[in-house]
Amino acid sequence: MNDETLMQVENLKVHFDVSSEGDMPWTKRKKLQAVNGVSFELKSGETLGIVGESGCGKSTLARAIISMVPSETGRVLWFGKDLLALQKTEMRKHRKEIQMIFQDPLASLNPRMTIGEIIAEPLKTHYPKTSKADIKARVEDVMNKVGLLENLINRYPHEFSGGQCQRIGIARALILKPKLIICDEPVSALDVSIQAQVINLLMDLQKEMDLTLIFIAHDLSIVKHISTKIMVLYLGNMVELAKSEDIYNHPRHPYTQALISAVPIPDPIIEKNKNLILIEGDLPSPINPPSGCVFRTRCKKAQDICSQEKPELKEASSSHEVACHFND
Amino acid sequence: MSFLEVKNLNVEFNTADGIVRAVNNVSFSLEEGEILAIVGESGSGKSQTVFAMMGLLDQNGRATGSVKFEDQEILNLSISELNLIRSEKIAMIFQDPMTSLNPYMKVSEQMTEVLIHHKGLSKTDAIQQSISMLDAVQIPEARNLIRMYPHEFSGGMRQRVMIAMSLLCNPKLLIADEPTTALDVTVQAQIMHLLSDIQKEFGTSIILITHDLGVVAGNSDDTLVMYGGQVMEIATTELIYARPSHPYTQGLISAVPRLDDNADKLKTIQGNPPDAMLDPVGCPFSPRCKFSQDICSTQTPELLETGGNNHFRACHVAFEELL
Repeated sequence: MNDETLMQVENLKVHFDVSSEGDMPWTKRKKLQAVNGVSFELKSGETLGIVGESGCGKSTLARAIISMVPSETGRVLWFGKDLLALQKTEMRKHRKEIQMIFQDPLASLNPRMTIGEIIAEPLKTHYPKTSKADIKARVEDVMNKVGLLENLINRYPHEFSGGQCQRIGIARALILKPKLIICDEPVSALDVSIQAQVINLLMDLQKEMDLTLIFIAHDLSIVKHISTKIMVLYLGNMVELAKSEDIYNHPRHPYTQALISAVPIPDPIIEKNKNLILIEGDLPSPINPPSGCVFRTRCKKAQDICSQEKPELKEASSSHEVACHFND
Repeated sequence: MSFLEVKNLNVEFNTADGIVRAVNNVSFSLEEGEILAIVGESGSGKSQTVFAMMGLLDQNGRATGSVKFEDQEILNLSISELNLIRSEKIAMIFQDPMTSLNPYMKVSEQMTEVLIHHKGLSKTDAIQQSISMLDAVQIPEARNLIRMYPHEFSGGMRQRVMIAMSLLCNPKLLIADEPTTALDVTVQAQIMHLLSDIQKEFGTSIILITHDLGVVAGNSDDTLVMYGGQVMEIATTELIYARPSHPYTQGLISAVPRLDDNADKLKTIQGNPPDAMLDPVGCPFSPRCKFSQDICSTQTPELLETGGNNHFRACHVAFEELL
């Protein structure tokens, strides 16, 4: 791992227009704040884990980084160049350096293409002049890397199990030799025994090919296992960002604390004596988020200041940032 | 006599490609007031086992064997007899609360339906009782919320409505089929907490079906591990985790990343889950098992007691050799 900064995201905001069709022209347009001012830095060889519950904006954030959804404000600096300001053709050059793996392994593969064609497609798109023999060699090479037998090259996706389909997805992401791979819930659709295989594969490939990963998942135990840094999102806002051991050993934000305590540990003795922190109530609507701190409606520590002032993300100790008025 | 006794339960489905044997020779029993967890991966037959018990198999499914509930044989009863049991004695909660509630009916109508049909209550009494049940599962302002439609609730709230609905007739046994799989962890913690409160308050027995070993650890007395339609191991939950005696259970437990652990690499189980189309010969886990011997692929191991304490395992290899 060298200390080169790959990517710097600054104050990224994504808002969706959710006005309904029957609205009068003078009604104020409703905005859903999916991602609200996220900033982070990614160094080469790191794995950034993004956790949060459904609707917290983790997938939208990933898509905004590679301009798959338009963002309101903010900058995404890739080796110092702002990706959001680029023209489409220029963006295309950088797209091959950033690849993505999706959640549903079968749905993200075209059922009418053989897996050889699926894996070769990014290569054909970005390097149309590659010869057929070269393509075949490269495809077989990545198939080996992800643990797929070469003789499966002419099969169709439906002939594979979920875990194998996810390997195909990984092979497709790897064929362009990217620098950064964004994994959007890559294992949540898989069984436990298959999950472990895919995670080990990703970690091995990361070492072998010197990859940087952004790993999105709702399962905190998996994210902690694979990540060097973890970002916790709540309702589109960053509430905490720290090294993964620090997040687990010294969570500072009340939401992170509750989230960690809610993760069941497969050990009956620990589980039955655990001091569970339950969060009351439901997630507020992102169309009409609470004023001040977004978590205050469910927070036990909430005071007057929490509704008046939005807590800034501040460094609480070295490389441990938290957004809370009472972070000690 | 056990409260619930399942003996040699088999479930088969006739499909266009042949017969799928989803459940093979499953036997277990449950005492009153206990929580039994059934763990297994997708396709292990855990849901079909309870669907067969409740008479909920698809049209092409067929169940054989015996399921005795309070000494009464309930497998393959007629619909009217089953309805009586399903309404008053055994209730079920499903995985996805949105698809198991009727989107066209208000919550009040869905809840009172059971009470009016089976208990003969008047509409006002039924609504009254439904509201108090919604209060019991901690739905705020139940009096107003009961007039809403399912889509107006969040996922966690919908699952609470489902639980309230299943408790209306004071069932003796509650079957929860992956009740928290579709929910976020913090909501999962709320729902599991609620279920254990209910068990304490009403003394309801619970069968909890899940693939999440963490959920099992904190919320069950006994655990049954299934693989390829067969029972691999049954024991108290403490024993299953402290002394897993089947290679599959051992593999499963070590394949889960733990939040309180810093292991560098996860242990994996090689290979893929079995194909239910093939006739089960031998132990279903043998193709993926590190300890597999010749006998494993020809003879199905019997479920035998090991080391006392009601600890049963189905494996040809001696426990000592697995350590």
